[in-house]
Amino acid sequence: MADTMELKDVEVWDGNLASAHSLRQAQVDVVAAYPITPSTPIVENYARFLANGYIDGEYVMVESEHAAMSGCIGASAAGGRVATATSSQGYALMVETLYQASGMRLPIVLHVVNRALGAPLNVNGDHSDMYLGRDSGWIQLDTFSPQEAYDLGLCAFKIGEDHDVRLPVMVHQDGFLSSHTAQGVKTIADDVAYDFVGEFKPMNAMLDFEHPATHGVQTEEDWHFEHKARQQYDLMTKVYPKTKEVFAEFKELTGREYKMVETYDADDADVVITALGTTVETARVAAKQLREEGIKAGVVAIRMIRPFPMEDVREAFKGVKAIATLDRSSPHGTVGMLYNEVAGAMYQMKDNERPLVSNYIYGLGGRDITVKHLKDIFSELIANVEAGSVTTPLQQYVNVRGPKLSFL
Amino acid sequence: MSEIKKIKNLKEFSTSADRFEGANLLCPGCAHSIIVREVLNATNDDLVLSAATGCLEVCTAVYPYTSWDASWIHIGFENSATAVTGAEAMYKALKRKGRLLQPDRNPKFVAFGGDGATYDIGFQWLSGAFERGHDFMYVALDNEVYANTGGQSSGSTPIGASTTTAPAGRVSYGEKRLKKDLVGIMAAHGAPYVAQVAPNKWKDMTKKIQTGLKTEGPVFINAMSACTTEWKFDPADTIAVSDLATDSLVFPLYEIINGRELNITYRPKNIISVRDYMGAQGRFKHLFKPENEYIIDEWQKRVDAEWERLQRREEARV
Repeated sequence: MADTMELKDVEVWDGNLASAHSLRQAQVDVVAAYPITPSTPIVENYARFLANGYIDGEYVMVESEHAAMSGCIGASAAGGRVATATSSQGYALMVETLYQASGMRLPIVLHVVNRALGAPLNVNGDHSDMYLGRDSGWIQLDTFSPQEAYDLGLCAFKIGEDHDVRLPVMVHQDGFLSSHTAQGVKTIADDVAYDFVGEFKPMNAMLDFEHPATHGVQTEEDWHFEHKARQQYDLMTKVYPKTKEVFAEFKELTGREYKMVETYDADDADVVITALGTTVETARVAAKQLREEGIKAGVVAIRMIRPFPMEDVREAFKGVKAIATLDRSSPHGTVGMLYNEVAGAMYQMKDNERPLVSNYIYGLGGRDITVKHLKDIFSELIANVEAGSVTTPLQQYVNVRGPKLSFL
Repeated sequence: MSEIKKIKNLKEFSTSADRFEGANLLCPGCAHSIIVREVLNATNDDLVLSAATGCLEVCTAVYPYTSWDASWIHIGFENSATAVTGAEAMYKALKRKGRLLQPDRNPKFVAFGGDGATYDIGFQWLSGAFERGHDFMYVALDNEVYANTGGQSSGSTPIGASTTTAPAGRVSYGEKRLKKDLVGIMAAHGAPYVAQVAPNKWKDMTKKIQTGLKTEGPVFINAMSACTTEWKFDPADTIAVSDLATDSLVFPLYEIINGRELNITYRPKNIISVRDYMGAQGRFKHLFKPENEYIIDEWQKRVDAEWERLQRREEARV
């Protein structure tokens, strides 16, 4: 039996430590992991908990991220709670197995500390890795602070392991800006946290020798489509209500409220920035300052990237006149993911109700984005509202040196 | 401690309860199915099995059917060792936590992979799993070619074989590279038990599988799997060709304990020539042209030298 850790009501944790505590409190049975900046401290913290008697599960240090997820898949299919963490190149190496995990309906939890993808090699935070996995069939929850990484780290097990869902879950946080920034984190006592997450309930477990199961079968044109269609149907119909239920329980327990789409000053807003990760907090500061100047500015943040909450997005943008979609990943060959998703969600709105939408690429490789940059974007949105059309190029870059690279 | 299954004769062996069903899509005459049955029939213990992408996997788990009456998993081409060792880690965790569904069982963890999955694409995963010391057995089904995808060369393909990526032609004798000594490489990991087996020598093989299953820690078994389709021989001749392989010492049967102690487990009464082994297979047909015959002669020299080396290592006990 692992020792209980006494926690203060508020601990000073960075995002990585917060994530590691969520794994410890969920009493994960197997962690198979491989270190990579900036997610390394998650597995280091976990190893330290293990070394001091706070973990009684297995901790398997493997030889690559591909093996980390492969080991997680084997462990999960065996019938127990499984989690790991990664970033960037490691995430890219894992991609094959991400699809296998979701296709085999295994509720693994993966903490992704977002980081740029090379080349050029870069260790800092952007959302290239997070975007890479968006078709992989995982539930993707985005967090904006260490507190959220901790809270959603616990919620993730409860959502993914539900027998109607049975899908793996990624909990994202921004490399360094969240993962290495210590903040006050409100804690939950070990026993309370474990009671919230609940006992793991196995299904088709390989270690159930009375009911041997075959995992990872072959299907061709005869059955592959039915499997994938069912997987997508469950992702699109089962995850949202379950997540809503889990978030409601979590609010009951802690008072902290989470929604699929978070809105800040957005109810009566004319101009809105929509973004992911730590940029949400900076944008909220910018919007607040503009509110003091009488400008109706707001922020809409996507909490649940997959399954993309189209209706909530549409609802959040009702009455808004102009939107800036901020993507922290180079879309390489199209417009940013958020632009496409948001525009797609809003296409069903009536022509005269649909806000103007423009796209900003920012923060690649950890490049800073400041309140001033965000206020400048709001100014461009106001100009769009006044003109009744997008006055800027459709896709612009924020805070990049050299000639102006905007286009479209 | 698990009970060692007693098997007196071939009849008893071939009629024992199957956890690998004859209903599968492997080619008639495929040695894979013989090897898998010999592995599974060597024990009565519960099994957790994995298979790499390849002939065995695509022919035995085609939805909605399965040939496996045991827990089984396939993830990808390269990671069958990691799949089963992940399950082994879960077993240890749940045992410690008192959460096993059937705590009185003594399951064995066995991974299968073809030579492509083992010698080539999955080598890193295999090496990592051995380094970590999981309690499992890895069985390489060594047919010296990527058979599932139509006969491309692998790291196990011997020099001179004609494959689809190294075909024999007017100016080529086929594969140019020597077969990799994976048994030696796995022994160099310090694994407690490593052995080479052949399904035609079923008593030797069963003994080694049973030794492997009762050994704690990672065990590597290289199983020669004569491939009727890619080696090009009649499906009825699988065992005859396998006999030629073991009697010519192209596939010597031996074991290495703790990476050091080598025991030769089969000494042919009449050692036959490599030429006879090659002559039975279409993949070497072109080597019998006068301009290529030196390849056969060189093979014979290498086989003689390897037999000498194995005997000297056995004597030296180091």
